[in-house]
Amino acid sequence: MYNKGTIIPGLIIFVLFVTFPLWFNAFSTASTVPKTELPPGGEKECVAPLDEMRASHMVILNEWRDDVLRDGDRVSVTVAGKEYRKGLQMACMECHTNKEKFCDSCHEYVSVTPYCWDCHLSPTLAATKKETH
Amino acid sequence: MDKQRRKFLKIAGATALAGISAPVVVQLSSSPVLASAAKAAADSHNAEGHGTTEAPSGVRLGMLIDMRKLYGRPDLLDKATTACHKVHNVPEIDSSKNEIKWIWKTPFENAFIDQSSYHASQTTKDNDYLVLCNHCDEPPCVRVCPTKATFKLKKNGIVAMDYHRCIGCRFCMMGCPYGARSFNWMDPRPYIKEYNAQFATRMRGVVEKCNFCSERLALGLEPACLEAVKEVGAIVFGDLNDPNSEIRQILDQQHTIQRNPSLGTKPSVFYIV
Repeated sequence: MYNKGTIIPGLIIFVLFVTFPLWFNAFSTASTVPKTELPPGGEKECVAPLDEMRASHMVILNEWRDDVLRDGDRVSVTVAGKEYRKGLQMACMECHTNKEKFCDSCHEYVSVTPYCWDCHLSPTLAATKKETH
Repeated sequence: MDKQRRKFLKIAGATALAGISAPVVVQLSSSPVLASAAKAAADSHNAEGHGTTEAPSGVRLGMLIDMRKLYGRPDLLDKATTACHKVHNVPEIDSSKNEIKWIWKTPFENAFIDQSSYHASQTTKDNDYLVLCNHCDEPPCVRVCPTKATFKLKKNGIVAMDYHRCIGCRFCMMGCPYGARSFNWMDPRPYIKEYNAQFATRMRGVVEKCNFCSERLALGLEPACLEAVKEVGAIVFGDLNDPNSEIRQILDQQHTIQRNPSLGTKPSVFYIV
């Protein structure tokens, strides 16, 4: 083989470069799967089972949005004896008071940026300008 | 060659004649149709002229503002505005171009532009009038919205908004003859004094307006403005189509006016002045 001295190191560098994301992520801590926590209030039940909530909470939120806004159906949902009003601020954030842990940690991990918080208020933000009297 | 030219001219002449006479033929043959269409238009004009009753079907929420109880009480008008704006996280922007308003006060000649204010009484001149979205039965804003972000709720007649769908084109603001809609030229959050954690804010680039307190009605509460002026009982809220509702009782007994009824928008907000 001609130019063995440059081709083989070149190939090694190329392979290392192409597989960079694989071995980098294997050793770095930047991409650890976020750990979920139960809400601080100690609630164990949600409007749907855990797996369903994880997989399709966005679908439920969209359905609620359409029920409330487009059909004017604001009837609350009762699951396991607990009543939930349809709404991100009125249902979800009532228990999951920490938006940064509950929403952002996973959304950042999977790199999605839902526009909920352009309008909806997180409990922390709402508390910054709270009624004083 | 000669023969062909002769033939061509003949055909051209015949075609021109047919073309010129076609409108006449169409007009002659369709004149009975036209006549009946004109008659139908005249009938519908007579039937749907403003001032006639509207089809009494389903729930149609409406509001009655008895201005007589609010004369000389600008503090109550402000109280109603403040109450509404607080529960709905409406920003307070001190600029007439950028301001956001759901319910506000305005002089008589601005509120009732098709009423004469020539030789108006001193009371009329001295007082402001409480105005808000009229939740029209024929809402022009709904007709012009290209995304159906604003629409009429079938179950109660409220002209509602879905801020998720609003693209901020502001056609509805052009359409609304009452100026009841405001556009968020900038992020409203810095201008909100106190957040109501039960309600969302809006974002930059959407239009907003009064929602007849849909979210409060769902909880069995009355509209915030009504509650604010409860001490004088100036606002009555209820179903316009229910003959036994309080609002209908008053409408049946008292003379009321609407804002710009001649536009045919059929407002659901009534005034006693």
